[in-house]
Amino acid sequence: MKKSKFASLFLSISLLIGILAGCGSDGEEGTSTESKGGDTIKIGANLELSGGVASYGTSEADAIDLAIEEINAAGGINGKQIELIKVDNKSDAAEATNAAIKLTSQDKVVAIIGAATSGNSVAQVQIATDTKTPMISPSGTSTTVTVGEDGKVNPFTFRTAFIDPFQGTVAANFAANELKVKTAAVYADNASDYAKGLAAAFIKDFEAAGGKIVAEESYVAKDTDFRSNLTRIKSANPEFVFIPGYYEEVGLIVKQARELGITVPLMGADGWDSPTLVDLAGADALNNTFIITAYSSEDPDGKAKEFSDNFEKKYGKVPNSFNALGYDTVYLLKDAIERADSTDGTKIKEALEATDQLELVTGLYSVDENHHPIKSAIIIEFVDGSQQFKAKVNP
Amino acid sequence: MEWIQQLINGISLGSIYALIALGYTMVYGIIKLINFAHGDVFMVGSFIGFYSITVFGLGFFPALIISMAACALFGVIIERIAYKRLRNATRIAALITAIGVSLLIEYGVIYIRGAQPEAYPDVFSNRSFAFLGAQISIQSILILSVSVVLMILLQFIVHKTKTGKAMRAVSHDTEAAKLMGINVDNTISATFAIGSALAGAAGVIFGVYYTKIDPLMGVIPGVKAFVAAVLGGIGIIPGAMVGGLVLGVVETVVSALGFSLWRDAAAFVILILILIFRPSGIFGKNTREKV
Repeated sequence: MKKSKFASLFLSISLLIGILAGCGSDGEEGTSTESKGGDTIKIGANLELSGGVASYGTSEADAIDLAIEEINAAGGINGKQIELIKVDNKSDAAEATNAAIKLTSQDKVVAIIGAATSGNSVAQVQIATDTKTPMISPSGTSTTVTVGEDGKVNPFTFRTAFIDPFQGTVAANFAANELKVKTAAVYADNASDYAKGLAAAFIKDFEAAGGKIVAEESYVAKDTDFRSNLTRIKSANPEFVFIPGYYEEVGLIVKQARELGITVPLMGADGWDSPTLVDLAGADALNNTFIITAYSSEDPDGKAKEFSDNFEKKYGKVPNSFNALGYDTVYLLKDAIERADSTDGTKIKEALEATDQLELVTGLYSVDENHHPIKSAIIIEFVDGSQQFKAKVNP
Repeated sequence: MEWIQQLINGISLGSIYALIALGYTMVYGIIKLINFAHGDVFMVGSFIGFYSITVFGLGFFPALIISMAACALFGVIIERIAYKRLRNATRIAALITAIGVSLLIEYGVIYIRGAQPEAYPDVFSNRSFAFLGAQISIQSILILSVSVVLMILLQFIVHKTKTGKAMRAVSHDTEAAKLMGINVDNTISATFAIGSALAGAAGVIFGVYYTKIDPLMGVIPGVKAFVAAVLGGIGIIPGAMVGGLVLGVVETVVSALGFSLWRDAAAFVILILILIFRPSGIFGKNTREKV
C-alpha cells in the first residue's frame, strides 16, 4: 500500500515536471507557440540518424531536406513555410518513443515523418494515437506499423512504402500479364515470415490470374545445398519460379538452379537486392531474373527523372529507394495538408485516408482501409550482373 | 531421370561429408577423442583456399594443396597446444577442450575478418553436360574425382607406409606401440596432420561447389560428418567414407521425396537409430568392453 502510494506520488511528480518542461520550452521559443496558427507549419522527423541502421535514416533525411527546400521555394503549403524538426532516434525503439514524445509535446509538430524501420515506427504508434498526430513511416514495411496486434488499424499511422506481401501480388501480376506464363513454382524460405507472406500472396494472385502452381518447395535460411529441391522443381517443369527470400541463400539457389538446367525466368523481391547476390550467383546465372523494388533511379518517368536529377545535383550521388521514399513522404503529407486546408491532426488524417492516385516519385499512390498503400512497383531485370529498369507495374 | 540427378546430388554432398568424417574417425581411432574443432579446421581450410585464389590468383589445384598443407600444420598446432597435455586426462575434459577450441577458432576468424560471408570465385567453367537426362556439371565430376583420389591416397598411406603402420599400431595399443619403439607423439601429430589436410581439402571443395563460405560454415557439416563417422563405425576409415556417402544420399532422398524441411532431422534420426541398434556402426565389430 505504502509502496504504491509512493509510486503514484512519484509518477504524478514526474508527470508534472514533464508538463512544466513542455511549457518551459514553449515559452522559450516564443514565436513557435503560435506555430499551429502562425506562419510556419512544423513537421517532425523521427529518424535513425545514428546507430545500426543509420544509413536508412540519413538517406531519408537528405531527401526530406531536399523536398522541403523545394516546397518552401515554391511558396510552401497553403502559403505557409515548412519548418522541419529532426530528431535522432539512434536506431533504438525506446529512443524513438522519446523522440515522438518530444516532437508532439515540446515542439507541437503537425505531423511526424518516420521512423525508417518498422520496429522504430511501431514504437511511436501509441504517442501518435494519443496526441492525434499523424505519422508516416517512409520505409516501414511490416504490417504491424499500421495495423495493431488486435487487427485494428492504428488511426494516425500511415506509410509510404508498400507492405511486404504486396510484392507477391506484383510478382504474380508480372508473371501472368507481362511474361504471360501459365505455370509457376514457388521456392520459399520457411524460416522467415517475410518469405512466407510473399509466397502466399503470390500463389493467391497467380491462381486468381488463371495460372497454375506446379511445385511448392521450401528451404530454411542458412542452407547451402538446394540441389535436391531444385531437381524436384525442374521435374515439375514450371515456366517461372518465384523465390522470395534473402540474397545469401537466393544467390546460391540461382546458381545451383542454372547448373541444373533450370533456364526459365526466376523472380524475387527486395530481399534479393544486394551487391553480394551477384558475387554468389554469378552474373551469367542471374540473367533472366527479376526483382521488385519501390524505386529505380533509371525510371524514365517524368517525376522520377526530375527527382533523380535534382537529388544528384544537391548531393552528388544517385538516389536510392530510401531517398525516394523519404522524398515522397513529404509530398504525401503536403498533399494531405493542402486538401485538409488545416493543420489539425484529425483533419490531416482524414485527408491522408482519402489519398487517391497521388502521383509520387515511386509511382501512383492510394491508401486502402488498412492504411496500406496501393501503389506502383518497379520491376528490375538483371542483365550481366547489373540492374536494369524493366517495367513499372501500376496497381 | 530425376532420380539419377538426385543420386548425383547426394553423392556430391556425401563425398564432402566423407572427407570431413575421415578426420574425425582417424583422430578418434588413435586417441579416442571426438575432435569437435574439426569442422572449424574445415572452415579455415575453405578460407585459406579462398584467399589463395582471390588474393594470390592461384588456380584450384595449387589452392587445394596450399590449403591442405596449411590445415595440416594448423591441426598439429591445435593438437600440440590444446590436446597433448590432456592425453591422460578424463575423456570428458578433452571433449570440453575440443568444444572450446572449436569456439575459439570460429570467433577468432570472425574477430580477424568479420562475420560476413564470402563468395568463392568460379575456378571451373560452369559447363555441364547431359547424361541420361541428368545435368552433370564439370565441377561435380572434378570434386568427386578429387575426393576419390584423396581417399585412395589415404588408404595407401595407412596401409603401405611406415607412418601408417605406426598409426595403426598406436591405435591398436598405445602402450605396446611405445614399448616397440614407436614415437607415439609424432604418430598422433601425423594423424592430426593428415585428418586436418583432408578437412582443408573438403573446405576448398565445399567452397567451389556451394560458393558461399562464412566463419560458422563448419558447424553443421562438422556435426553431419560426425554422424557419418558414427554411422560407418567411428575409428574405422572405410566406415567414414561409406558413412559420409550414405548420409549424403539419404539427406538428398529425404528432400527428393518432398520433405526438405526434415533433411537435417533425418541425419540425427540416423544417429539415434545407429546408437540404439548398432552402436559400433556399419563396419564396427561388436567388441565386448574389457572390465
